[in-house]
Amino acid sequence: MTIFQQLVTIGMVIFGTVLTRFLPFLVFPAGKPTPRYIQYLGRVLPSAVFGLLVVCCLKNVSIFTGSRGIPELLAIIFVVALHVWKRQMLLSIAGGTVCYMLLVQYVF
Amino acid sequence: MHVSGFCFWYPMLMSLTIFAGSVEFVTVRMLLGAFHPVQALAMTLMINARHLFYGISMLDKYRGTGWKKFYLIFGMCDESFSINYTAQIPKEIDSSWFLFFVTLLNHLYWVSGATLGGIFGSWIHFNTEGLEFVMTAMFVVIFMEQWMKEKRHISAVAGLGVSLLCLLVFGPDRFIIPAMFGILALLTLLRGTLEKGGQQL
Repeated sequence: MTIFQQLVTIGMVIFGTVLTRFLPFLVFPAGKPTPRYIQYLGRVLPSAVFGLLVVCCLKNVSIFTGSRGIPELLAIIFVVALHVWKRQMLLSIAGGTVCYMLLVQYVF
Repeated sequence: MHVSGFCFWYPMLMSLTIFAGSVEFVTVRMLLGAFHPVQALAMTLMINARHLFYGISMLDKYRGTGWKKFYLIFGMCDESFSINYTAQIPKEIDSSWFLFFVTLLNHLYWVSGATLGGIFGSWIHFNTEGLEFVMTAMFVVIFMEQWMKEKRHISAVAGLGVSLLCLLVFGPDRFIIPAMFGILALLTLLRGTLEKGGQQL
């Protein structure tokens, strides 16, 4: 690819990303009342989306090969337990990551 | 990017202008292949379709943020959305600046991380295997925070369940769009139940 073609490709990716982010705000502008159905979605979607994001992170874990997702499962249990106990976001995230790194580097 | 033979300013500028994790990695593959601008756009729209859900959820929160709104929407990546949606902003703080700085700091960390990786990538010798779990841990914690805040967990369970089902059926590379449609359909069907009971606080 030439530099020009690279720039066009990256430009397309920027355009696509910006489009997906701005579209809802353009379709439902602040000045006009948002339809009740969309308001409802705005309230209930986030919980579902966070679930989707968790699954997204784990999408390449195979439960039939390699370590069968056991280190992931153990580390997530660790994160949940730590978070229920201390409820410090950064501590839970850091603790879970260290736990996972130790598991995949030394145990599995 | 370093491994793929690109100079450090590629990841630097791409993280600055695109600012969307997964699609940047896909862009590296696109840059190494043949020139297909339309395909690049279509691929981006598909990978980033989830931002539509973020926008719908943030319509209210980003209202009245003035000139900052443009940047807030531009910088609405997974992390900015998750933090800005769940954060309990103290009353005495101007919420528009809070949202703005969360987004700006995310952006700065992302760009500096990508740049440093591009420059020093080959110098790292300690074993970083498993470091990527930090993302999983973060979203698990955010999922839990949301779980503890809400009275009923129908939507959260629906999100997990539908996503897992779609992952099993469609495989890791193409499950996100069907999962989004599934979640949308299920939540639409459950609207009567959820609105009556009051899902929110």
